[in-house]
Amino acid sequence: MATYQLDVNGQSKKVDVDPGTPLLWVLREELKMTGTKYGCGISACGACTVHVDGIATRSCVVPVSLIGNRKITTIEAIAQDPVGRVVQNAWVEKDVVQCGYCQSGQIMSALALLKATPKPTDQNIEESMGGNLCRCATYVRIREAIKSASQQIR
Amino acid sequence: MLSNSRFFIRILLIVLSFTAAWIVLTASAAIEGRDRKKLNTDANRGEESATFAEGLAAWEQVYSVLISPRCINCHTATNYPQQGDDRHRHFANVVRGGPDGQGVPGLHCVGCHQEVNADSTGVPGGLNWHLAPLSMRWQDTNDRPLSSAAVCRAVTDRSRNENMDGPALLKHHEEAVLVLWAWNPGRRPDGTMRTVPPLGHAEFVNATRAWVEAGTPCPRGR
Repeated sequence: MATYQLDVNGQSKKVDVDPGTPLLWVLREELKMTGTKYGCGISACGACTVHVDGIATRSCVVPVSLIGNRKITTIEAIAQDPVGRVVQNAWVEKDVVQCGYCQSGQIMSALALLKATPKPTDQNIEESMGGNLCRCATYVRIREAIKSASQQIR
Repeated sequence: MLSNSRFFIRILLIVLSFTAAWIVLTASAAIEGRDRKKLNTDANRGEESATFAEGLAAWEQVYSVLISPRCINCHTATNYPQQGDDRHRHFANVVRGGPDGQGVPGLHCVGCHQEVNADSTGVPGGLNWHLAPLSMRWQDTNDRPLSSAAVCRAVTDRSRNENMDGPALLKHHEEAVLVLWAWNPGRRPDGTMRTVPPLGHAEFVNATRAWVEAGTPCPRGR
């Protein structure tokens, strides 16, 4: 076991865990932040996506020991970000969600895309969101919401 | 009158004798010099051939490492990296991204691959994990490794290799973080160790040094 001081959504959080514990389980089990979902556990589905220093990161495969002092942003803080707020509203506007399980990861990846590429092409969306799977197949509405958010970002 | 004629004939004979002797000596020296020069040239050519052959042999050792999965999986000609010893397409729809080969915003390489191997989750890592540029592709678009000659041309072409000369290539093979990773590739998700290239790193560096010292010769052919 080891003690780690993490910066999560702008707050300092202290956890005492095994160094190899994936960040996902530190968030969900230690910090009780269950907005970030467990899907596959091997970074193949994108449900566990959070941002680490602004990079969309698969929290299920990153051991907590490798996070260091980088800033972690989870779905719980999405509305505190101006672009995140726009994405959240677009998701509501387009009624994207069906079962909703993958949507935390979808939104975190969409946010990373729009921050790097505010006016994405269809190819940009397809490639950037290609690692986020949705068993309900809401892909068409996800694309519409990203385009809608893009139009609202200045 | 007669004695004068005999005198001139004697003088003429003496002159002719000296001339003949001079011609013979000069010709002999010329032939000897030519033969010596020829011998020297042959010796040099033999020496050069030996160095060239040794350089090519060293290159083949280098090539055996470059086409091993730990290296060639990120030197693709396609829009995606590969993974595994069977060099299958990287899962999760990972794509090359821009010319820097670092992925795309939602699927950045470093979104999974950290600065070191993550052995508890089986994800390999190294500083600034990314694909090699397309100019350094060592495969064709059907994921088949290029020939030794083609890879050698790519590696030695300074318009394609980030302007690296021989010593810079040696340094790259000695020190680059992602090159060194090939000999410390960490564990797979199932806990087993990833395979490493056919030569040890020290042998790889020695082979590169021998190849560089021979003038980075490349095999002929396609």
